[in-house]
Amino acid sequence: MSSTREAYGAALTELAEKYEFFVFDADLSKATQTIHFAKKYPDRFTDMGIAECNMMGYAAGYAASGAVVFASTFAAFAAGRAYDQIRNSIAYPNLNVKIAATHGGVLIGADGGSHQCVEDLALMRAVPNMTILYPADTIETKKCVEEAINHKGPVYLRFGRLDSPEIYTEKKDCRASIGKGTLLREGQDLTIVAAGDLVSRALEAAKEMEKNGICADVIDMASVKPVDAELLLDSVRKTGCAVTAEDHNILGGLGGAVSEVLSKNYPVPVEMVGIQDMFGCSGTPKELAEHYGLTIENIVAAAHRVIRRKEGKS
Amino acid sequence: MRQQNSVEEIIRHAQQIRRNTIISLHSAGSGHPGGALSMVEIIAVLYFYEMNISPDKPEEMNRDRFVLSKGHAAPAYYAALAERGYFEKSALTTLRKMGSMLQGHPDMKKVPGVDMSTGSLGQGISAACGMAHYAKKTGKDYRVYCIIGDGEMQEGQVWEAFMSAGHFKLDNLVVFLDNNNLQIDGRVDEVMSIYPVKEKLQAFGWHVEETDGHNVKGLIETLDRVRQVRDQPAFIIGKTTKGKGVSFMENQAGWHGAAINDEQFEQAMKELGEACV
Repeated sequence: MSSTREAYGAALTELAEKYEFFVFDADLSKATQTIHFAKKYPDRFTDMGIAECNMMGYAAGYAASGAVVFASTFAAFAAGRAYDQIRNSIAYPNLNVKIAATHGGVLIGADGGSHQCVEDLALMRAVPNMTILYPADTIETKKCVEEAINHKGPVYLRFGRLDSPEIYTEKKDCRASIGKGTLLREGQDLTIVAAGDLVSRALEAAKEMEKNGICADVIDMASVKPVDAELLLDSVRKTGCAVTAEDHNILGGLGGAVSEVLSKNYPVPVEMVGIQDMFGCSGTPKELAEHYGLTIENIVAAAHRVIRRKEGKS
Repeated sequence: MRQQNSVEEIIRHAQQIRRNTIISLHSAGSGHPGGALSMVEIIAVLYFYEMNISPDKPEEMNRDRFVLSKGHAAPAYYAALAERGYFEKSALTTLRKMGSMLQGHPDMKKVPGVDMSTGSLGQGISAACGMAHYAKKTGKDYRVYCIIGDGEMQEGQVWEAFMSAGHFKLDNLVVFLDNNNLQIDGRVDEVMSIYPVKEKLQAFGWHVEETDGHNVKGLIETLDRVRQVRDQPAFIIGKTTKGKGVSFMENQAGWHGAAINDEQFEQAMKELGEACV
């Protein structure tokens, strides 16, 4: 049990021996967990102070000189504040910058709406050349960080703040890579597609429903862009309906990505569990999950709704 | 390698760059003549005197870098790159046209010799700082040059970049200010004053020089001087004239971004001497 931001910090330190890369942070190294890398590899770390736009520019300058670079801050200050720098200085020239954004979504807790980025996936999905990886646990985080290092071009990595259950016990079980998700559980009644913190809840929801004889495919869609269309379509051709689950606005995030693939290739009913186009607020993660509808119960309810729609009952 | 041409030779190249800037802008039918013409001598001195570069090896790791942070001045940049031999001058008349490598603003993925894509103001200087910082971090001895516009200094990111370059003591970085004092909506000091520039940059830890941005000899002497500066990035305020060299464009904010018609083109070329390309 740990958070994906902690896993990110650990992955950087671990992978630093195998790969040559540099890390930037903007005065949040304790929160983003890049501090561990900074301590061990001070020659490869730079704190840019509270200046995210300039940090993205430095990262672009490094990448234009041939380096692989991670630029870390909160999602709100990366995809949000530094959007134009990511767009013009990094994505447009297709530079090798990995934007590592922690604290995505509302489940980060008490910081409130200013810090809870509910739209980063939507913003980053719409930027050409951008790849998005959103891991769910420690093993997957390390895989995604390594995948990002080996990918030539910009990657947006989204990490959570909450401690969340480990999904994978062994690396080989995690298929996450660019364009690939993992089928965690098999069923025939519906497909649940989740990412990040909501993956463990999706699994719990599937277990809960099994007691009532409803069996779900559960997909961990760590590759939000490009989404794993093949895995998704294989599943939905079998189940005939889908629920998406994410700690993000239902507009433009994972729900949007899944719906785009399905509407074009195999239209079926889709229900989205996510933030209903609202800003966040202060609260405990548990209170926030209930307030914004991100609980196991919300996923179960969405599953029942989507099955009813599939059966033409509502 | 550094070409270190004579003052006379650089003036000749600058005049060719100026003519080809007008030719390409006339051919494009849109673009930004004023701020392109104002930086011609600065860019000519960089490419024909100062920078350690090899046009036949535009990706060479230890080359000096150049970032045109005021990316809208691209026509003069492209003309300088062509003049220096990065690509054929015939490409200049494809400026801004469908399928051309010469986009409205510089694209490093398309144009040989362009080290950074720019266009959204305030961003190029951060990338230039990043390149200089990377050289320091990795023990490389290349130098980084950048031109920013004076209107561009109104962007907040520029000041983040100033602060960081002073903080990191980037003495391998030289930033020119193309100080023509005109922006789209009028005089810089009237729209949103950036002054006093020298004192502000000094307060940010920079070594600051002021010079006539059209005087080749003065620019060379200034660059020779700042090469000796240690532990501080260098900021060179080049006092310039927007639209320099074409009488009816000089000091006219309206020529920031405007198409050159055939009649104006004829007159401009007459003033600049015979055509090149």
